[in-house]
Amino acid sequence: MMSFPHRLLCLSLAPGVAWAAVLHVGPGKEHATLRGALNAAGAGDTITVHSGTYREGALLVDKPIQLVGEDWPVLDGEGKYQIVTITAAGVEMSGFEVRNGGAGSLEDVAGIKVSGTRQAVVRNNRVRNCNFGIYVSKANECRILDNDVLGVQGGAHESGNAIHLWSCENITVTGNKVHDHRDGIYLEFASHSVIEHNLVGDNLRYGLHYMFSHESTFRHNRFERNGAGVAVMYTRKVDMSFNHFGDNWGSSAYGLMLKDMSDGRIIGNSFVRNSIAIAMHGSNRMEIEHNLFSGNGWAIQIQRSSSNNNYRSNNFSGNSFDIAADGELDNNRFEKNYWDKYEGYDLNRDGTGDVPYRPVSLYAVVVGRIPPSVLLLRSPIVHLLDQAEKAFPSITPERVVDDAPVMRPHPADTRMANDQTEKP
Amino acid sequence: MLKIVRYVLQDIIRSRIIIAYTLILLAASFGLFNLGGDVSKGLIGLLSLIMLVVPLVCLIFGTIHFYNSYEFIELLASQPLKRRTILLGEFLGVAGALCGALLLGIGLPVLLYAAGATGFTLLAVGVVLTLVFVALAFLGAVATRDKARGVGMAMLIWFYFALLHGGLMLLIMFAFEDYPLEKPTMAMIALNPIDLGRVVVLLQMDVSALMGYTGALMKDLLGTASGISSAAGILLLWILIPLGLALWIFRRKDL
Repeated sequence: MMSFPHRLLCLSLAPGVAWAAVLHVGPGKEHATLRGALNAAGAGDTITVHSGTYREGALLVDKPIQLVGEDWPVLDGEGKYQIVTITAAGVEMSGFEVRNGGAGSLEDVAGIKVSGTRQAVVRNNRVRNCNFGIYVSKANECRILDNDVLGVQGGAHESGNAIHLWSCENITVTGNKVHDHRDGIYLEFASHSVIEHNLVGDNLRYGLHYMFSHESTFRHNRFERNGAGVAVMYTRKVDMSFNHFGDNWGSSAYGLMLKDMSDGRIIGNSFVRNSIAIAMHGSNRMEIEHNLFSGNGWAIQIQRSSSNNNYRSNNFSGNSFDIAADGELDNNRFEKNYWDKYEGYDLNRDGTGDVPYRPVSLYAVVVGRIPPSVLLLRSPIVHLLDQAEKAFPSITPERVVDDAPVMRPHPADTRMANDQTEKP
Repeated sequence: MLKIVRYVLQDIIRSRIIIAYTLILLAASFGLFNLGGDVSKGLIGLLSLIMLVVPLVCLIFGTIHFYNSYEFIELLASQPLKRRTILLGEFLGVAGALCGALLLGIGLPVLLYAAGATGFTLLAVGVVLTLVFVALAFLGAVATRDKARGVGMAMLIWFYFALLHGGLMLLIMFAFEDYPLEKPTMAMIALNPIDLGRVVVLLQMDVSALMGYTGALMKDLLGTASGISSAAGILLLWILIPLGLALWIFRRKDL
């Protein structure tokens, strides 16, 4: 359906046309093929495609029109073609099933490609068995909404990304379901983008992969069972709030990996059952607040090159290791966190423990230095040494300390519970 | 020999210590499953319990029992019985009683709360550790006539395998930090039945993902059918070697 501003847009784009025409495509309709309708349509027209399977190779949409699928018409690329390529501004495509796209070694071949344009909308489509699912390159202000992108189950390694943004500005990706591709959502040079309410799971490599995409936001997404949850690399000012990172479990898997990041905010997320919830490499000036870390192998692994980070009011419970650091850290401030391993007391009953808590255990340091020693996990000697180290710290980094740990867990962040909806 | 086993069993049950052991295990495992909230936490608690308590009880109980039935053993030795039959009878009686206590005390809760591969691996490891440490207790008790020294030896054996061995491993690892340590570590693990049992159980749990490259190597070694049988083989050696040594000493011993 056209929204009000879009009608205005169409009218303004097509001043010569008295009123936008509606072209019908389907068996027994005025156009038998979508290609014919695309050729016949003028700017501002609507093409309604009725149910059926259309094997028409590569289709080019180079006019500002609306493509509407009725009862899920299937556009089949027969494993050879890039099925739909949108190059005109303001195109809106919805209600299609796009499947069996081709693959290329020289070029990235996608199910739906939006290229070199602006304000295109790809909404409520199903993309199946394509190399790249929805591919946006050199385009601005586009919106990718409520699509369901599913790759090959079990995944081939040559598979592309489900939603791929390259060299874009102001792209919105909302309410999509993305499974079984290489990366779920991939952004490279895609600044000012907003990724919200997506469900990203079972992808081979990363659920969400950021490269050089500054001042972006991802909120209220769920990342589950991906090779590794989210990787944010070489990027400034990313707002990561109210997401769920779950079950990214495996010997080198993590929930969120930050590499050469700065000025990011990580607020109100839940990290549950990840091998490593957050891995930080060379990341500075991050605010990490009100997150829940539960049942992870390592809650946060911090490399020495990370500085000026604040960890405030987070809940740590049931993690094998809370914090691991590969040495003394500079200016990483911990305060008011809840640590389930804290054994201090609170004499004046103000809710804050009277003894500082050192979240890096001796064994975490040992495992960091000598990985094979992990075979002693849960052995009594390790417990004993940890206790001794707690009483007389010698090896563990002195400045990684929470001076004001709270005695009871912070209440769950309600913003997350209310807003995180899984769209059907 | 069966007669001896039956007699030893009756004697042990009459002493009621074994019943207390069963009840304590029962209480502890029900407590762990109910307190922890979820099954995997309960299993991890049980794992620590089995790794510490079972060897200690087996060593102390086995040693003391051996010394207390010294007169009975002397009596048997005066009969036309082979020394081997006598010692094996005693061993099977003690080990059987302790295994029964373990199967009741931990097996029942595991069956009720965690009847899965991990739970049964845990039980199997518990039974094997019982056999290993009763054999070690007998070795210690046969080697010396003095009860105080025998019990002291049992304590030392426990202390070594429960704590010192891990500490030594850490020391060695720190000393040779710069070398690839995966395989030596695994060899050192095999030198301690408690550690080997713990790793076998941990590999069944999903914490094995934390073990990274070493864990993957270990899983390659132990996770497969041949790996499990090789681990079982090593543990079997841990039963047979002390028991064989004890037999060898007992046969030559002037009672």
